[in-house]
Amino acid sequence: MGSATDTTHSKRRVERLYTPDSIATLDYARDLADPGQYPYTRGIHPTGYRGKMWTMRQFAGFGTPEETNQRYRQLLDAGGTGLSVAFDLPTLMGRDPDHELAIGEVGKCGVSVASLADMEALFAGIDLARVTTSMTINGPASMILAMYLVLAEQRGTDWSALSGTIQNDILKEFIAQKEFIYPPRPSMQLITDVFAFCAERMPRWNTISVSGYHIREAGATAAQELAFTLRDGIEYIQYGIDAGLPVDVFAPRISFFFNSHSDFFEEIAKFRAARRIWARVMRERFKAQSPRSWQLRFHTQTAGVSLTAQQPYNNVVRTALQAMAAVLAGTQSLHTNALDEALALPTAEAATLALRTQQIIAEETGVKDVVDPLGGSYFVEALTSELEREALAYFDAIDRMGGMVAAIERGYPQREIAESAYRSQQAIEAKEQIIVGVNEFMAHDERPISTLYIDEAAQQHQLERLDEVRRRRDPARVRAALDALAAGAVAGTNTMPLLLDAVRAYATLGEMCDTLRHVWGEYVEEAVI
Amino acid sequence: MRKIRVVIAKPGLDGHDRGAKVIARALRDAGMEVIYTGLRQTPEQIVTAALQEDADVIGLSILSGAHMHICPRVLELLKEKGLADVLVVVGGIIPDTDVSKLNALGIEGIFQPGTPMHEIVDFINRRVHPRVGAGS
Repeated sequence: MGSATDTTHSKRRVERLYTPDSIATLDYARDLADPGQYPYTRGIHPTGYRGKMWTMRQFAGFGTPEETNQRYRQLLDAGGTGLSVAFDLPTLMGRDPDHELAIGEVGKCGVSVASLADMEALFAGIDLARVTTSMTINGPASMILAMYLVLAEQRGTDWSALSGTIQNDILKEFIAQKEFIYPPRPSMQLITDVFAFCAERMPRWNTISVSGYHIREAGATAAQELAFTLRDGIEYIQYGIDAGLPVDVFAPRISFFFNSHSDFFEEIAKFRAARRIWARVMRERFKAQSPRSWQLRFHTQTAGVSLTAQQPYNNVVRTALQAMAAVLAGTQSLHTNALDEALALPTAEAATLALRTQQIIAEETGVKDVVDPLGGSYFVEALTSELEREALAYFDAIDRMGGMVAAIERGYPQREIAESAYRSQQAIEAKEQIIVGVNEFMAHDERPISTLYIDEAAQQHQLERLDEVRRRRDPARVRAALDALAAGAVAGTNTMPLLLDAVRAYATLGEMCDTLRHVWGEYVEEAVI
Repeated sequence: MRKIRVVIAKPGLDGHDRGAKVIARALRDAGMEVIYTGLRQTPEQIVTAALQEDADVIGLSILSGAHMHICPRVLELLKEKGLADVLVVVGGIIPDTDVSKLNALGIEGIFQPGTPMHEIVDFINRRVHPRVGAGS
């Protein structure tokens, strides 16, 4: 039978059938336009993937820099086309491996990078001018970027030849992932410092990856992911302008990062809506003149939160469908999760299969030959417009609060997301939402699969290297660089050149971050359920 | 009757608090008194919270792989403070090999990804007899 309406993960009402009436108000030239034309609903490149394939960028990192370096070489040998660094929690929090809170965490969720010496080992034998590198780090983003730049400098690689992305998106840390260090306002200063520095010195570098991925993983609906991410983007643009940067100088290097979840059409509509909303915001709200400022470029990762520990091979299917949605919507780069990631970081075999999933979509299905193949679908277009409307309503609410920083300080997006997360869990428990292998079609005699186990050897190795770095460097030079950093932070000068000097002196990540902790203090989140 | 009192804690550096918050609300909806410590709590802070809150249960949410450092330390501190009767349960990404090690230490309530909330509620209800005489 089937009712006339059904709900998606976002509790969205959908009709049984969509017809020309569903998109009667849509105007092709105004709302869609050909790919490569404003407002870019159908894509930013006129030739789609025929002109430029998406980058197959697999997020990886674990243990020591040496171990991760091996995994990178394996991924590049297997046909991966970009690198993506996953750092461990001490690194993400700006703590050295010998800090008391780092015990038991070194190398566990990613690779440990505490100084330039670790960065040297991480990229050993990899030509920085020939790969593009994405680095997922936020609180200490500028310190890690400085390490990458000094590594290039040592090797004689021109900074202007470096291509890649630093995530550098602190707002979604306050909203969702919670790996923050400083309070929101000084954190925003670090970010605009990177915008200004890169605009001058690193023309091919994405200075930020405004991320919805973590917002979605924390429990947001598709509409909330879309709204909060793009509203974060607006906040960064506003802060850049307020810092004195002309919008068309820094806006073209802002990139985005979305989640691709399981609700196939809703995800496709979300990506398309994102392009249209961003183009209009940049042209109408910020009066940007350059089309490159209007074009939303994005990376996609399939939904980690959709992976199940039960019947893990089912995850290959989920990931393939989620990846397909991102490709049909024109993502610029893509990470596909491995089947074992509800249990552990992926084994080499699982990571390779995840990459193969993308390669099969690219080479065997034919979906990359036509740009925006679902454009004009009554359903997809209606859904795209609906998501756009929902996002704009959130923009209004956040604007009324005084912007995203103010909304975060009030706990608004955090509460909205926690509410959605709880509702989603209740829907699973009530079997209103079916997760195959978890609340339906369960198996009772599952055999465990073998997973990657990270022991304590990485911690020992990293402690030894940290000692060695501290023994071999010139302490007076380190002290002077850190003092200059503190003085610069107090005076409000751009921190990037000061961080570069500290890195050249082999100051550690913890030392650089602590220097700024003394100036700015640390952010403590109010615990609310 | 006095409500079961639960301290939900996020130890370690990890900030992924979706699970901690969802289970905190589920336990509250099931009639328990829930205290959420917030992020980045040391074992010492967690045990102090349990003492101050007169908790019957400590729920640790750990996704980072640091559980083999955190859990034994929490148990040790509970013993030191004379709180060995507080039930410790753990949720998160705990590999099977570590589940048996934690079981051997006396932690039986280990809830891996995909566990329905009512299972955790039932486990706590079965195991906890609210500590009598404790300030209700």
